[in-house]
Amino acid sequence: MKTAEELHRILAEKFGEELFELKQDEPAAPWIIVKAEQIREVSKFLRDEPGLRFDSLMCLSGVHYPKENALGVTYHLFSTSEKHKLTLKVIMPEEDAHLPTVEQIWKTADWHEREAYDMFGIRFDGHPDPRRILCPDDWEGYPLRKDYRVQEFYRGMKVEY
Amino acid sequence: MTNVKEKGPEVTLSPPVDAGNGLKTQEMVINMGPQHPSTHGVLRMELTLNGEIVTRAIPHIGYLHRCFEKHSEAMNDYNKVVPYVDRMDYVAAMNNELGYAIAMERLMDIQVNDRVEYIRVLMAELQRIASHLLALGTFGLDIGAFTPFLYCFIEREKILDIFEKASGARLLYNYIWIGGLMNDVPADFKTDTAAFVKSFRPKIKELNDLLSHNKIFIDRTANVGVLPDKVAINYGVSGPSLRGSGVAWDLRKDDHYSIYDRFEYDVIVGKGEMGTVGDCWDRYIVRVWEMEESLKIIEQALDQMPDEGDVQEAIPKKIRPPAGEIYCRTETPRGELGYYIISDKSTTPFRVKARAPSFVNLSVLPAISVGAMVADMVAIIGSIDIVLGEVDR
Repeated sequence: MKTAEELHRILAEKFGEELFELKQDEPAAPWIIVKAEQIREVSKFLRDEPGLRFDSLMCLSGVHYPKENALGVTYHLFSTSEKHKLTLKVIMPEEDAHLPTVEQIWKTADWHEREAYDMFGIRFDGHPDPRRILCPDDWEGYPLRKDYRVQEFYRGMKVEY
Repeated sequence: MTNVKEKGPEVTLSPPVDAGNGLKTQEMVINMGPQHPSTHGVLRMELTLNGEIVTRAIPHIGYLHRCFEKHSEAMNDYNKVVPYVDRMDYVAAMNNELGYAIAMERLMDIQVNDRVEYIRVLMAELQRIASHLLALGTFGLDIGAFTPFLYCFIEREKILDIFEKASGARLLYNYIWIGGLMNDVPADFKTDTAAFVKSFRPKIKELNDLLSHNKIFIDRTANVGVLPDKVAINYGVSGPSLRGSGVAWDLRKDDHYSIYDRFEYDVIVGKGEMGTVGDCWDRYIVRVWEMEESLKIIEQALDQMPDEGDVQEAIPKKIRPPAGEIYCRTETPRGELGYYIISDKSTTPFRVKARAPSFVNLSVLPAISVGAMVADMVAIIGSIDIVLGEVDR
């Protein structure tokens, strides 16, 4: 069982201080901000390192921050053997939102990443099946972005009722 | 706005093989669903078949997508999200409400009194039994056993009657609110529930005699769709489907919430009694015995429940959580239901994400159905117990 501060220190020692940022925000649990290009190595390290063993990805969520013109992905990790939790965040600019996939590390990420792509337009490099999952394949736009406007017609059918 | 057009992965079929009698055989792609009685809603499976053997299965979902998350962001009150939460897993609405209420209470640091906690636990466990009865009944129905389905529904009706008396609704309750309950339970709630527990206990044995140890049922489900524990954890499978693989993992015990630490009950795991650990029969029997454990919790909760207490005393007048975020998970009949809620200090939710257990459990389907017969696909889908309202949200 390790606290977020200890986990942050371990990561900073392993990958270099400047890549990570620990945010502590009440009442929520603290989270660690990871650079987009690093997320895959960090995830693999967190899963395989003895003493950390984050074998379960509880949740992967996309978030749109319209004020900062940014898109984010939040990873909620949990270790079934060590019983500790960790929240990772990746923040990317809205116009160029892409990051490496973690599908090969946790299979849970497969459909969750497809959902994040479908709803926010975040691209996951290296995903084996990068398609929309909930909306039709030829749907336009990304519904959960705050500035989303629904298309007027979909295949000749009026969308707004 | 960019126009997104992407196709699914190309399915490559094996080259035609000469069958020896002048005819050729080849793999075939068929669609199972979205209108298919055994897919429990609108699930479409794209199956590649070699004769009757499944060589590849791709689930296609989204036919019931209502964008619950977008709706939540359009609400100007966190309490208005509760009815939408009901409509995700519409056969276990109480558990969905409970998870949402607990997440919001943690975010806002609200303490509810004991009477509220006990009523919530009673409702959640009754709902768990009702949901499992539906799962077991329809699972039998998928395999071809019609009678157990009716027996299960008789008992489920009794639970729905209790819910109806308390909340006025039979399926979508809007009963558990942030900081309390919609209203107190009626005066005869305790006697009704105690009477149900007494009458229901022998019915579990009846269900076992009727279905669980039926030779045909065992032949159809044992050694079918085996899900090994390592695969289950890596895919994030949770709930009875995970426990069927022999992993003793129950959030009520392992990630403490509400007052579940005050009760004594066991975590049921699959043992491979009829075949291999993690087969369809194991997932089925875990649900059967979990109903017994829920009865234990209900009995203890009825004994301990205080008679005094205002169920609405902690409900805030205006729900305005501090800026911040929370991920909170609870155990529903289908597994780990997590809510990821971000608040920007206004009365409108900034982001409400639901990590639905059915969505994650369904994603393991391609991994465990390769090599199965087409008829076994029906058993595997039934044993995972998906609710499409929750898969698509």
